[in-house]
Amino acid sequence: MKQNKFKRNVSDALNNPKLKVAIRRTTDRADAKRATAVKNFPGFDRTREQGQKIKDHVIEYLDYYLAEFERNAIANGSIVHWAKNAEHASQIVVDICHEQGAKKITRSKSMLGEEIGLPAALDREDFERVETDLAEHIIQLAGDPPSHIVWPALHLTREDVVDLFRENHQNPIESTQVVDLVSSARRELRHHFLSADVGITGANFLVADTGQVCTVTNEGNAELTTTPPKVHIVTAGIEKLVPSIAHAMPLLRLLVRSATGADITQYTTFHNGPKRGTDLDGPEHCHIVLVDNGRTNMLKDDMKEMLRCIRCGACMNHCVVYKHIGGHAYGSVYPGPMGAVITPNIDGLNNAFEPVSACTLNGKCQEVCPVNIPLPTLIRAWRKKAWEKKVDTIRNRFLVACFSQLAQRPRLFQFTTNMAILMMKPFSRRGWIRWMPFAGSWTTNRDLLAPQGQSFIQQYQKNRERHEA
Amino acid sequence: MKANVGLFVTCLVNTLRPSVGFAAIQLLEDADCNVSVPSAQSCCGQPAFNSGDDEGTKAIARKLIERFEGFDYVVAPSGSCAAMIRKFDELFENDDPFAERAKSLAGKTFELLSFLVDICDYTVVDSTLDATYSYHHSCSGLRELNVHQQPMKLLKDIKGLQAKPLKGSTECCGFGGTFCVKYSDISNEVVSEKVDNILAANADILLGGDLGCLMNIEGKMNRVTDKEAREKPTSVMHTAELLADLLPSNDS
Repeated sequence: MKQNKFKRNVSDALNNPKLKVAIRRTTDRADAKRATAVKNFPGFDRTREQGQKIKDHVIEYLDYYLAEFERNAIANGSIVHWAKNAEHASQIVVDICHEQGAKKITRSKSMLGEEIGLPAALDREDFERVETDLAEHIIQLAGDPPSHIVWPALHLTREDVVDLFRENHQNPIESTQVVDLVSSARRELRHHFLSADVGITGANFLVADTGQVCTVTNEGNAELTTTPPKVHIVTAGIEKLVPSIAHAMPLLRLLVRSATGADITQYTTFHNGPKRGTDLDGPEHCHIVLVDNGRTNMLKDDMKEMLRCIRCGACMNHCVVYKHIGGHAYGSVYPGPMGAVITPNIDGLNNAFEPVSACTLNGKCQEVCPVNIPLPTLIRAWRKKAWEKKVDTIRNRFLVACFSQLAQRPRLFQFTTNMAILMMKPFSRRGWIRWMPFAGSWTTNRDLLAPQGQSFIQQYQKNRERHEA
Repeated sequence: MKANVGLFVTCLVNTLRPSVGFAAIQLLEDADCNVSVPSAQSCCGQPAFNSGDDEGTKAIARKLIERFEGFDYVVAPSGSCAAMIRKFDELFENDDPFAERAKSLAGKTFELLSFLVDICDYTVVDSTLDATYSYHHSCSGLRELNVHQQPMKLLKDIKGLQAKPLKGSTECCGFGGTFCVKYSDISNEVVSEKVDNILAANADILLGGDLGCLMNIEGKMNRVTDKEAREKPTSVMHTAELLADLLPSNDS
């Protein structure tokens, strides 16, 4: 995203007191719940190492596991499609829906679906698209994009949801209680589940040796999305592979604790393709669309650790920047630290530089990442590429270049330091500077520490001379 | 034999708060080190490195390596600067003559407080201070160098000094080097929250090991307390300043 647009988004977000309340209600609670869940699971660190190893292994042998998965998925009766990019992927889905003569399509939450622009593609073709995840249902009513990868409606408050449901539900309720709101959504969605022609899900894991697709939800909406309709379409990134169900287990343990702080997700389902001879229910057709969309470039670009990501959202819940500006300010499907690393692959570094730049590199995201992705290192790696490609503004690059030149010349650097101290002196009051020229971006919001006198080096040398004399 | 320690002062201490540098010298000498301060020193290169300017960082690193590689140890009163010097070995390709030298320097570079505890086995003796403190654990020291327990260990031996828990004590203060001026408004939100938490903890002193964070926090605290027309209830100090103040040689 371009600099001005990002700055405008940030300014809008910071000036929205309701957004602050909405973000903090969720992230503060998520942080606390995660901490408790991790503490109560003595094997967390070991499982984290194991999870990292499993993902690294799969990424290393991605070609092997993709071929194995395809073979086994086909043996289960699924049809496997390969999509190079976002347009290709959503076109495949749209084509399948047309072939099936679909009118109504239910969808359970999938960030990959958002990544490939699937909701918009389905809407353009005039399908009746019904989002079945509660939070996705809410933002569909609000007409908003998701603002978090686990809680897409994080930017809205309970009060907003009350209003949205009253305006949009067929049998609006008076109550403002969460339990009644959930019932209202359930009533609203139930008949859609039963009358949909196609159900679309993402995948949390693709199991190579069985060809299964694993989904986890807390609402059971993935099961209701995949079972009644005649067709189930899965859209999944190619990095979602695990060698076997046994390998999915540690990752599931990490995912739920890192995402919601629960000990187990309510619904974990391994989908086995279309229904077979004696099955009573299940889809007649199952299509699996495997999407690259920049992922093989990440392998080549030394960003392969990012392919470990299991989309838990812990990095954004713990990010001081995300916690203040929220997800929409990033202007991309994936916000927060993981979004800063992924988005340049999808939208290009020129368009995705601001989130890469707007990071304090404090490392909290890596600390809470369940698969130990070195997010600060990868963010810095993008900055290196940006520096080489001259992406940042001339002014910013000029300032850094001047600083580098100066710091390579220690004596000149000391001289400049001494000059700076002299220049700061007239603005000092009781040890602090409230305002001085060229310091506005600091002094607008806080006082600047005034020098104590001469520089340390000057004072030190003087002391030594005195000592030696 | 005494260890020869080269003190890397850091730009911020050199420019704004030399007292932290002198405190570091006193503590290192009290820990039986020979301390030298090369006068031709500049910056660790973080602003360049974090902006992606690797060539600029390398040029800065070469100068620093030449100046400091002769010491047994290099010590900085800042976790983020010490962590940057530790990263020098990632900068140079294997066939670069500086690769080995960078690696060797990285291996003997330490943040002051962790150096005192982990390498010098330094302990605080016979110190008393009747006060309460909260601790801000700066991110680079904490997560890149594992500086966490060491300052606590030193402080707990000061008689009368009591810890007051600080909410979010390991969360970023919003300084982030160039971040705080490039994204001043986001940084302001982050540091405002930090200051709220510090004021709520209501200790006499806020301590930390990185001047960047401390001047960000105190600069904001000044504004907040000014606006509310009240005295600043908590003073902000580098841990080294507090420890050095309590040394018998500084008894006043």
